[in-house]
Amino acid sequence: MLDYAWLIFVPPLAALLVNAFFGRRLGKPAAGYLGAVAVGLSFLVALGIFFGLLGLPAEERSHTVTLWSWIHIGNFRPDFALLLDPLSSLMALVVTGVGFLIHVYSVEYMKLDDEHHQLDARRYARYFVFLNFFIVAMLILVLANNLVLLYLGWEGVGLASYLLIGFWFHKPSAADAGKKAFLVNRVGDFGMAVAIMLIFAAVGAQAGSLAFTDLYRVIQQSAPLLAGVASTVTLLLLLAATGKSAQIPLWVWLPDAMEGPTPVSALIHAATMVTAGVYMTVRMSPLFELAGNTLTWVAWVGALTALMAATIALTKTDLKRILAYSTISQLGYMFLGVGVGGYVAAMFHLTTHAFFKALLFLAAGSVMHALHGELDINKMGGLRAKLPTTYRTFLIGAAALAGFPLLSGFFSKDAILVATFEHHAYLLYAIGLVTALLTAVYSFKMVFVPFWGQPRDRKLFDHAHESPALMTLPLWVLAALSVVGGLVNLPFVATLEHWLEKLVALGPVGKPEHPALAVELALLAVSALVALGGIWLAYRAYVQQPDLAVRIRERIKPLHTLAANGYYFDWAYNKLVEGLWAFSRFLAGAVDQQSIDAAVNGLARAFGWLGSRTSRLETGLVSLYALSLFVGLVVVLGYFLATAIIGR
Amino acid sequence: MTLPTLDLVVLLPQLIVLTAALLVLVVDGLSGARSWLLAGISLVALLAAGAAAIWLSLQPGEPRRLQAMAVADGFALLFDVVIVVAAVLGVLLAYQSIPRISQQVGSYYALLLLAVVGMMTMGAALDLIVVFLALEILSLALYILAGFNRSEPRSAEASLKYFLLGAFASAFFLYGAALVYGATASLNLEAIAAALAGGSRSPAMLYLGIALLIVGFGFKVALVPFHMWTPDVYPGAPTPVTAFMSAATKAAAFAAFLRLFLTALPTAQPTWSWALAVLAAVTMTLGNVAALRQRELKRMLAYSSIAHAGYAAVGLVAGTAQGAGAVLFYLLAYAFMNVGAFGVVAALERAGEYDVARGRLAGLSERQPALAAAMAIFMFSLTGIPPFAGFFGKLYVFGAAVAAGWGWLVVIGVINSVISAYYYLQVTVEMYFAAPAAEAPAAAAAGKKGRAVAKAAAPSPAPEEGKAAPAPLSRATAAAVLAAALGTVLIGVLPALLTGWIAQAVQGIF
Amino acid sequence: MTAVPTSFYLVLSALIFVIGAVGVLVRRNALIIFMCVELMMNAVNLTLIALADRFGRLDGQIFVFMVMAVAAAEVAVGLAIVMALVHHRDTTNVDEINLLKG
Repeated sequence: MLDYAWLIFVPPLAALLVNAFFGRRLGKPAAGYLGAVAVGLSFLVALGIFFGLLGLPAEERSHTVTLWSWIHIGNFRPDFALLLDPLSSLMALVVTGVGFLIHVYSVEYMKLDDEHHQLDARRYARYFVFLNFFIVAMLILVLANNLVLLYLGWEGVGLASYLLIGFWFHKPSAADAGKKAFLVNRVGDFGMAVAIMLIFAAVGAQAGSLAFTDLYRVIQQSAPLLAGVASTVTLLLLLAATGKSAQIPLWVWLPDAMEGPTPVSALIHAATMVTAGVYMTVRMSPLFELAGNTLTWVAWVGALTALMAATIALTKTDLKRILAYSTISQLGYMFLGVGVGGYVAAMFHLTTHAFFKALLFLAAGSVMHALHGELDINKMGGLRAKLPTTYRTFLIGAAALAGFPLLSGFFSKDAILVATFEHHAYLLYAIGLVTALLTAVYSFKMVFVPFWGQPRDRKLFDHAHESPALMTLPLWVLAALSVVGGLVNLPFVATLEHWLEKLVALGPVGKPEHPALAVELALLAVSALVALGGIWLAYRAYVQQPDLAVRIRERIKPLHTLAANGYYFDWAYNKLVEGLWAFSRFLAGAVDQQSIDAAVNGLARAFGWLGSRTSRLETGLVSLYALSLFVGLVVVLGYFLATAIIGR
Repeated sequence: MTLPTLDLVVLLPQLIVLTAALLVLVVDGLSGARSWLLAGISLVALLAAGAAAIWLSLQPGEPRRLQAMAVADGFALLFDVVIVVAAVLGVLLAYQSIPRISQQVGSYYALLLLAVVGMMTMGAALDLIVVFLALEILSLALYILAGFNRSEPRSAEASLKYFLLGAFASAFFLYGAALVYGATASLNLEAIAAALAGGSRSPAMLYLGIALLIVGFGFKVALVPFHMWTPDVYPGAPTPVTAFMSAATKAAAFAAFLRLFLTALPTAQPTWSWALAVLAAVTMTLGNVAALRQRELKRMLAYSSIAHAGYAAVGLVAGTAQGAGAVLFYLLAYAFMNVGAFGVVAALERAGEYDVARGRLAGLSERQPALAAAMAIFMFSLTGIPPFAGFFGKLYVFGAAVAAGWGWLVVIGVINSVISAYYYLQVTVEMYFAAPAAEAPAAAAAGKKGRAVAKAAAPSPAPEEGKAAPAPLSRATAAAVLAAALGTVLIGVLPALLTGWIAQAVQGIF
Repeated sequence: MTAVPTSFYLVLSALIFVIGAVGVLVRRNALIIFMCVELMMNAVNLTLIALADRFGRLDGQIFVFMVMAVAAAEVAVGLAIVMALVHHRDTTNVDEINLLKG
């Protein structure tokens, strides 16, 4: 049955083709239903894969399905093949499951454009084409059995993200944000491409397919082959991951990516695509363990990103921006988890985060829908009366994000903190706790400010209306998942841990020891206290004494300014780009015309004694080109003659 | 006395195309000859030549030779296929636009076919005389084609610049051939290799000769600093000519470049590979950086083609069979994606226009979604994004270079493809994310309400666009763009179809 | 009587080649530039003949015939191109031919 796993691609591919060619004729909302049903079918296939693997004995849960042989050049022979194992099936379930809910939500949400005009049928269909394309690319990414195919999916999701961020292209900011995301990601992709080449150069003869299973085998049997390049390769892979998963230093694109439609933010920029970096790191974890130090880098990148993004989130008032920085921060947690060897904890948090962050984004979308696109929480207030469903689901999502005891986020975040503690990385653990506190504060800021208190903008408030059922239904499903998601891997039961056991046991480090029961319980209690403390702080600052927040802000003004400006990362990048741009202008303008002219003219004078008409060379274009050719010849000749003479 | 046996089957593809060229001239002389007939003859002949090349390459046993002059091995025949691809697309693109700029349609096709004969011979040549003759045959035809738009002074200027500089570079090439002859007492590539096997008697003369040959080839493939004609000639020449020559000339020149340097001069490889590595690095960088600032599509693609010559040269630097195969694959991919991109430019061109500003693409995804999608495919492929052909081209070339120990060069190459993403992306941004140009002034004038204006105008764009639209897309142009897009995607999805074949074919030149 | 050594021919032809190349670089008239290219090619012809004579082989001399044929074809094409340009611009000065740049 597993051999039919390729069926998972068929429904979204078929739907995207139909919508691409006949979408306009299908019209609204048929094109949307088609896209949603297709992803639903894919989810069923993903379930089939999951149960198929479940039916196998634990040691055999790694199944390769080769669809066709893709590239054959010498040793280099990656296939178009799928690797079905616990890790990939978990990812496939998350992608198709959350993806399906968001598609359903989009059917209704995308009927209107960002300015609350009717969206025309062609663009409506195009949205679902892009969204289905994203699902296909993401599935390729997570199901790929080798690095090259993973890279294909990696680029594919980047492309989909770029197209969807810029979907409201009449807004210049949206088009710019799409471009920014694409270009920043190219920097990460550069790391990925070079890493793949280096791996091939090192183990091409043993594992020319670059399949993960072959790489694992090489790592286990002949680790010295890779030991030399492991550090370089894993640092490059980390660079790739920081691009895709918006970590320091490449995080700057994600906040701007909120220019895309809200369901896109939920699906791509919160639940699935941005977690690809985490998935890839876990997938390649045996290599990271071989490299040793890189994992420390991963942990620190993750912890610092988590902390810094959380502080930025506190300073923002745009609902989607807060959620964006919160996503960056939570992704930082996942990297922290990976870095301290808590792969299961990271994957667990990835899963629960997909539930509650998708929920928060969709609920935020529902708020936008109600308020005609308004996102500034300082203009909202008292919305719980008007939007009861949205409020309740948002509250559940925020509580899960804050780590409210017994909700899914509580267990998964705690799992990462426990892993950090057990790794004896106490400084990282402290950073994680502080971040957890900040997370709880900004989570409930998003609850208290817009939904509680008095309306701040009467006109907006009066026009607010609850979203239709097709939008609230996915909210309820995701809310339910956010509540019970913790069951996937309860402490002491550890279902997910058993499911992912084989993967964890692959690396040289081996399976982590579980801490003593008392320690684990104590850490659990600390986490719970921190979350509750954060919520209490938010209640004090935003409900009881609204001026408290202002006073605190005044007290720590420099820090606040620093965080509110995103630690000046954007500013630094702009300076860098401006510099490059000036350099390019210099090269294209100055070098091509002035400097080459000047250099050529200078050279021309040097040749002056050869002829009487040298002065005429100054503006001659054909002659200039001929001279360039001639100068090139002289240089090449000089090199060859030097070699000939030295060679003797 | 026995006459030598001439196995003319070796030149079967060339002979088919040559016959067709003459036939086109004769038919053109007859009164009432239709444009479609001339194009039809050219297409049929090109496809037949391609089929002949494939048939020849499937023959078992040793490759057939025409004395010691030419050979029909897999390497030559696969390059024939690349050239046929570019030429077929070139003929399809010419079908609509050439009759608009010239009465002498027959001469156009005849010259194009003659250029193809020269190009095919470049890859098959085993003798420096034949290489030189082939180079001149293709160059002379292209000089004329570049100036084919008689009513446009820029076309004449492009033709003159190309001619003067091309002749200059040919003289260098010729001198290089003579000096290699002087160092080895032979003009045959294999005999040269044999003579050099025991060490050269006059290395200075040999190295001078190699340097001059690099200049000659460097000019044809547009390596910096021998590239300066490209940004002028590409925009100046009629677009179908540019499309054809950008891909086909590069393929032909690289075919001879590879065979000459890998068959005849492998003993000097440590020396020339360093020179070429530096040239390749400079070429990639300058081509991409200069392309960043271009606002006109043909000129941008001209600079981009310089950069691509640099990427392909990386495979030659590797100097291995893998490298040679990578160059071949790269050029096939390049033929599809680059001719396709020029094809889209040709489709957008208005009568009498000399280059297409990038701004003209604004809103193309709304007006002509299929054309925009094709252009997006070409741009992504040129950037090197999977799963398009260009990605695998780069992957093979860089992979071969890494395997041969040229890591630093590959890093420069990959950084360059990151840079190139910017200007290729600008094109897709323009097509998908920019308001059509006709509406731009209104939007600017209306300030913040511009968006609303743009929105209001969107549902009924027909009136403004009537005058802005280029001539309707002809079926031939559409077919060319479609074929190029299909090729770009197909090679990207199923590169394994070709790679085994290529790996086998390139063994012949070592 | 001793024959002139081959190296003399080679040096002479190298000089002629360089004179031709410099001519291309410094002259402004398209026709004269083209004549300088012809000079370069003929310098190569001299090299080829001298070398063929020294090696006692025919292939170098055959090459010369081919080069001459090619040169003739180049003249035909070159003159036509220059004429086409004169038709537009009424000049053969390459400095004035610069519509295309950048």
